[in-house]
Amino acid sequence: MAETSIRDALNQALDEEMARDERVFLLGEEVGEYNGAYKVTRGLLDKYGAPRVLDTPIAELGFTGLAVGAATVGLRPVVEWMTFNFALLAIDQVINNAAKLRHMSGGQLNVPIVFRGPNGPAEYLSSQHSQALQSLFVHVPGLKVVSFSTPYDAKGILKSAIRDDNPVVLLESEMAYSWTGEVPEEEYLVPLGKADIKRPGSDITLISYSKPVRMVLQVADELAKSGVDAEVIDLRSLRPLDEDAIYESVRKTNRAVVIDESWPVASFGSHVAWLISRNCFDTLDAQVELVSSEDVPMPYNHRMELQVQPTVDKVVAAAKRVLYMEQ
Amino acid sequence: MARERTEAVNESPGKKVSTEPNQVVGVGGYDKKFLLPLLRKMVLIRRFEEKAAQMYGVRKIGGFCHLYNGQEAVAVGSIAALDLTTDYVLTAYRDHGHAIACGMEPRPIMAELFGKVTGSSRGKGGSMHMFDAEKHFLGGNGIVGAQIPMATGVAFTQMYRRKVMGEKAGGVTLCYFGDGAIHQGAFHESLNLASVWKLPAIYIVENNQFGMGTAVKRVSAVEDFAVKATAFDMPGMTLDGMNVLAVYEGIKKAAGLARKDETPVLVDIKTYRYKGHSMSDPAKYRTRDEVESYQEQDPILILKKLMIDAKMLSDAEYKKLDDEVKVIVQDSVDFAESSDQPPLESMYEDIYA
Ligand SMILES: Cc1ncc(C[n+]2csc(CCOP(=O)(O)OP(=O)(O)O)c2C)c(N)n1
Repeated sequence: MAETSIRDALNQALDEEMARDERVFLLGEEVGEYNGAYKVTRGLLDKYGAPRVLDTPIAELGFTGLAVGAATVGLRPVVEWMTFNFALLAIDQVINNAAKLRHMSGGQLNVPIVFRGPNGPAEYLSSQHSQALQSLFVHVPGLKVVSFSTPYDAKGILKSAIRDDNPVVLLESEMAYSWTGEVPEEEYLVPLGKADIKRPGSDITLISYSKPVRMVLQVADELAKSGVDAEVIDLRSLRPLDEDAIYESVRKTNRAVVIDESWPVASFGSHVAWLISRNCFDTLDAQVELVSSEDVPMPYNHRMELQVQPTVDKVVAAAKRVLYMEQ
Repeated sequence: MARERTEAVNESPGKKVSTEPNQVVGVGGYDKKFLLPLLRKMVLIRRFEEKAAQMYGVRKIGGFCHLYNGQEAVAVGSIAALDLTTDYVLTAYRDHGHAIACGMEPRPIMAELFGKVTGSSRGKGGSMHMFDAEKHFLGGNGIVGAQIPMATGVAFTQMYRRKVMGEKAGGVTLCYFGDGAIHQGAFHESLNLASVWKLPAIYIVENNQFGMGTAVKRVSAVEDFAVKATAFDMPGMTLDGMNVLAVYEGIKKAAGLARKDETPVLVDIKTYRYKGHSMSDPAKYRTRDEVESYQEQDPILILKKLMIDAKMLSDAEYKKLDDEVKVIVQDSVDFAESSDQPPLESMYEDIYA
């Protein structure tokens, strides 16, 4: 297997699906001639040309809505949002149209569309450009929301998302595009709705998704030094959520920490923590902890912005609280 | 093209704007007392941006840093036409130049770029978010087009204060945005509101020909944006953004219309950015020749030459001015460098009033 970056794994997924199905097309700001703001769409304009790869004006509401319309009558658009911060301009089309059309047409219409782009904190960008906005999307029935933390999953999940007949929001991460990992030569899919145990363990369950998973794996190594064997679950799919995988693990370890870079209030992480408290109540040996970002807009100053986000130290501390260990 | 002489555009009956602003000949009858500060401000912005780029290179500054080199005449010429005791300014993320033109000192701007506690936003805003509420400079916005409705609201307040609260001095609001931003719904919604409610807003397209790597013509049905004014029944103008005097006169006129005739105005100012979109953009989408041809039209060189030709300035005097400016810019770096990091707890401050 070849070492591939997340950026290239996503690129392969787009390329393969565009080659496989001529209904798949791609649009967004700078996706064509510039090869993508983060180079995920590199080479695709050259290979497929317009109108299968389209550079849009800066008009998120317009081009996102256009794609929703195209999806209802037979095309399979992939919309690149340069970042999720700018998707806020388009969110009306996602929530009021894409997520609703099937239900309010009594099942007559489908919206097979993928909305993708970097979400979550980056560096030195201050508060309008460094936000983890997934909870806004996960809140909405009718949408699927998925993520990844490895190149393997990135490729397999994007391919499944493109083949899915529903609107799928794919959470990427600017800071993770250059992470590398093994991606097989042969074609494969990763199903939506399935969590993955990234590290098996027996003493405590650490549950996360997207970029923080890599940091959580470091936490597990850290805990191992104190003799704690942590299991790390990468949820991958936020909606639909693989609840069975979570409960199975927690019923084994009796302890759970949820790590989510969202803000804490009414967030996806707080929802998962609640589900565990409710459904594993009898087997839990301690409270469920949530390590989120601090409840503040992201500051520009680098020391501050690092401290706003979940860190190894914060997660280790939460794990030790749950394990009743000395800090 | 930025170098074409400017012309008036609006065909909408009764709202025509004359071509006068563009007929600035030479120094246009202005005296040295008026011209020298314009030159000095443009040089200050240029030197400040060069220093910012250098500091970015040594990682004192991070993230997105959008430089204003080449566009100095737009902010300096237009803001010179304002009275910032009553008027307001809002812009996007390419905001260091507007901040300086509004009278912000280089020190708090550089310190903000360094993320220091002495920065204008106490290290929380960074390059894209300069603010000085006292000087009526309301940012510094990172979301393309987001300042346009906001500026419309500021202009609304100016109308409201006059009509409801009996205030005499009706100010105007200058709202800057790029040729890329003009395609946002926010632009179209705002201009209609401003026209219907007769708001004293001046919408300035800083038409530097590119939105990131995208040339105007690839994503816009029209290349000259002043025609869009017609759809909102407001005056439209086109100005030469490389000539600070053309910008000054044009905006002076627009501000006069906004104050007196209670109408918003749309102004397309043709300009050019010398650097990449931000520090991370190698700008491969345009040729060196193209950039150089604009640099020959440099707004600083143009004014300098006009002043020298009019015997208002000597090369030695210019050099002295430039040296003084360099000292001021270096001082801002020293200030930023020696300032403290903001305390971590300050992340929880300034969230609620
Ligand atoms: C809503 C939104 N979409 C996309 C972006 C990313 N972005 C930042 S600047 C920019 C180009 C804007 O070009 P223009 O308006 O012409 O201004 P210029 O940079 O030339 O000053 C883009 C696409 C953003 N910041 N906000």
